[in-house]
Amino acid sequence: MTEKTNSTSTASAETSRTRLRAGFIRRDLYGVAAIVIVAAAGYVLFPDNLALLTRIIAIALLVLSLDLVTGYCGVATLGQAALFGSGAYAAGILSAHYGINDPLLMTLGGVFAGAVAGLVCGIVMLRAHGLPQLVLSIALVYLFHEFANKASSWTGGSDGLSGIVLDPLFGLYEFDLFGHTAYFFGVVLLLIVFALLRIVVRSPFGMLCRGIKEDPVRIRALGASPHKALIKIYIISGAVAGTGGALSAISTQVVALDALSFTQSAEALVMLVLGGTGSLFGALVGTVIFMLFEDFVSAANPFHWLTMVGALLIAVVLFAPKGIFGTVQDLLSARRNRTGETRP
Amino acid sequence: MQTVFSIAVDALAYGMVLFVISIGLSVTMGLMRVVNLAHGGFAMIGGYIASYVARDLALGYGLALIAAVVFTILIAIPIERLLYRRIYGQPELTQVLMTIGITFCIIGIANFVMGPTLKTIPLAPSLQGSADLGFRTIPVHRLFAIACGLAVALGLWYAIEKTNFGIKLRASVDNAAMAAALGVRTEIVYAVSFAAAVGLAAFGGVVGSEFLPVEPYYALRYMVTFLVVVSVGGAGSIPGALAACLLLGAIDTTGRYLMPEFGEFFFYLAVIAIICVFPRGLAGRAK
Repeated sequence: MTEKTNSTSTASAETSRTRLRAGFIRRDLYGVAAIVIVAAAGYVLFPDNLALLTRIIAIALLVLSLDLVTGYCGVATLGQAALFGSGAYAAGILSAHYGINDPLLMTLGGVFAGAVAGLVCGIVMLRAHGLPQLVLSIALVYLFHEFANKASSWTGGSDGLSGIVLDPLFGLYEFDLFGHTAYFFGVVLLLIVFALLRIVVRSPFGMLCRGIKEDPVRIRALGASPHKALIKIYIISGAVAGTGGALSAISTQVVALDALSFTQSAEALVMLVLGGTGSLFGALVGTVIFMLFEDFVSAANPFHWLTMVGALLIAVVLFAPKGIFGTVQDLLSARRNRTGETRP
Repeated sequence: MQTVFSIAVDALAYGMVLFVISIGLSVTMGLMRVVNLAHGGFAMIGGYIASYVARDLALGYGLALIAAVVFTILIAIPIERLLYRRIYGQPELTQVLMTIGITFCIIGIANFVMGPTLKTIPLAPSLQGSADLGFRTIPVHRLFAIACGLAVALGLWYAIEKTNFGIKLRASVDNAAMAAALGVRTEIVYAVSFAAAVGLAAFGGVVGSEFLPVEPYYALRYMVTFLVVVSVGGAGSIPGALAACLLLGAIDTTGRYLMPEFGEFFFYLAVIAIICVFPRGLAGRAK
């Protein structure tokens, strides 16, 4: 009798787990489909402005990497651009100084440099908590910035790194003046990174990270090391940010000091919060909305743009603390509950 | 020798200016646990008001100083009521976002109202020129800045350690709930301290305008410096903030004099080193 109930309960646990997994995979497919549809729509709607769309993808990778650290692990940082810029400079230097012009190798270089920068920043950042940690992140991004400025024989200093030449992708597709190849390259990179990150955040390791955000003391009591997990997530985050940096270097064929700036980090944080922290979709939604909005408004007057961003931030903090994506999700689930439908 | 001496005087004066501005931030953070990134914005507002009063209305430096402090506090009170009230006790990320938002708004509005150019605050005649110490001459304004810093440090020490209000303040810092239960009106203590912090920021913004020139991006450019000073000193500690200001002022000024091409590289390197060794700041207390 007991054996029978046991076996049925394990069986039901098994089915619920497969059902859960099927649900996850379905949402992944929705996500991938959404990215593809939005990317195609962008290609059709703004065929003359592919450079902006590629830049949005590069920044989206930066915001995704910030989401891993801030949204999933609860480490507040204003220095994420240090990792993005490291990737950009690594990819650029490979081409400009070593003559490695293959875009895939350059991207790999960016990923590697981003991961190394992530390791360094992670080790330094995790020395402190709270406000000192935030200040450490700011000091780090300024330090990277000053270093890149000083090492001008390698990075071009404040003039920016130029002289990046690109071989055709796979030896077939030339990087054209209109940015078609760069755009497709960016979309494919984003899809790959998105799929990998979905796997990471759903894995037991991803759950551990969420646990660290909720209660690090309990995680330690359970026998896991929050410090080790955070270092690991910092390396992953660095690799993602480095991919974004490499993409920006490849698509624009210049690397400017802005890539390493405090302002870039702060903007990335604004985008993340606008979209909603702790969700990969939120990071993407926030980036797209913010960048498009910025493109339309900031051309008129940069100071009005600043006032508007400020007001927007205050409004989000006061009225939609979960960001656009989180708020919409809440509204949808509230409506679903009211109509009496329950999720399968 | 001349270089060493002028570096020392400049470093001391710069450190004191940093102290006057950031001690208010330190008090807000230590007391109300609010990461107030808009603090530099209030110093900038003070500078703008002083510039308007002293240059456009030509009413003199002393009056400009007083007007800057008073009007900045008047501007800050509704902001505290409407916005800061809602982020007390919230997670740091929320506070950072809200106060960055306020900073952006202050910058945009300041530019709209006052224009993007640099504003000067004409000094009083008695503060111009230089003082002869017998063996060296120093600009009087530097001496004035140093004296202001010392006066603020002494005044705050007296107010916090010796007065009735200081006792209530320390009680609220240590345990707000218990202090409230014992009859301390903590919300009044908070409001007064916030006003004092903003007033000090405005005061420092005016006195320090020779070192930190007043322009719309002031709020963002020096925000990081003030934040760094507070976290290196340890939030809520006057001696800690003083030590941090003098130390970082010395490092920054020496770096600028001797290796200007390195910019702020050594400043930030020193900050990282200090925080790594003292994660709670020089005078930080365990929570």
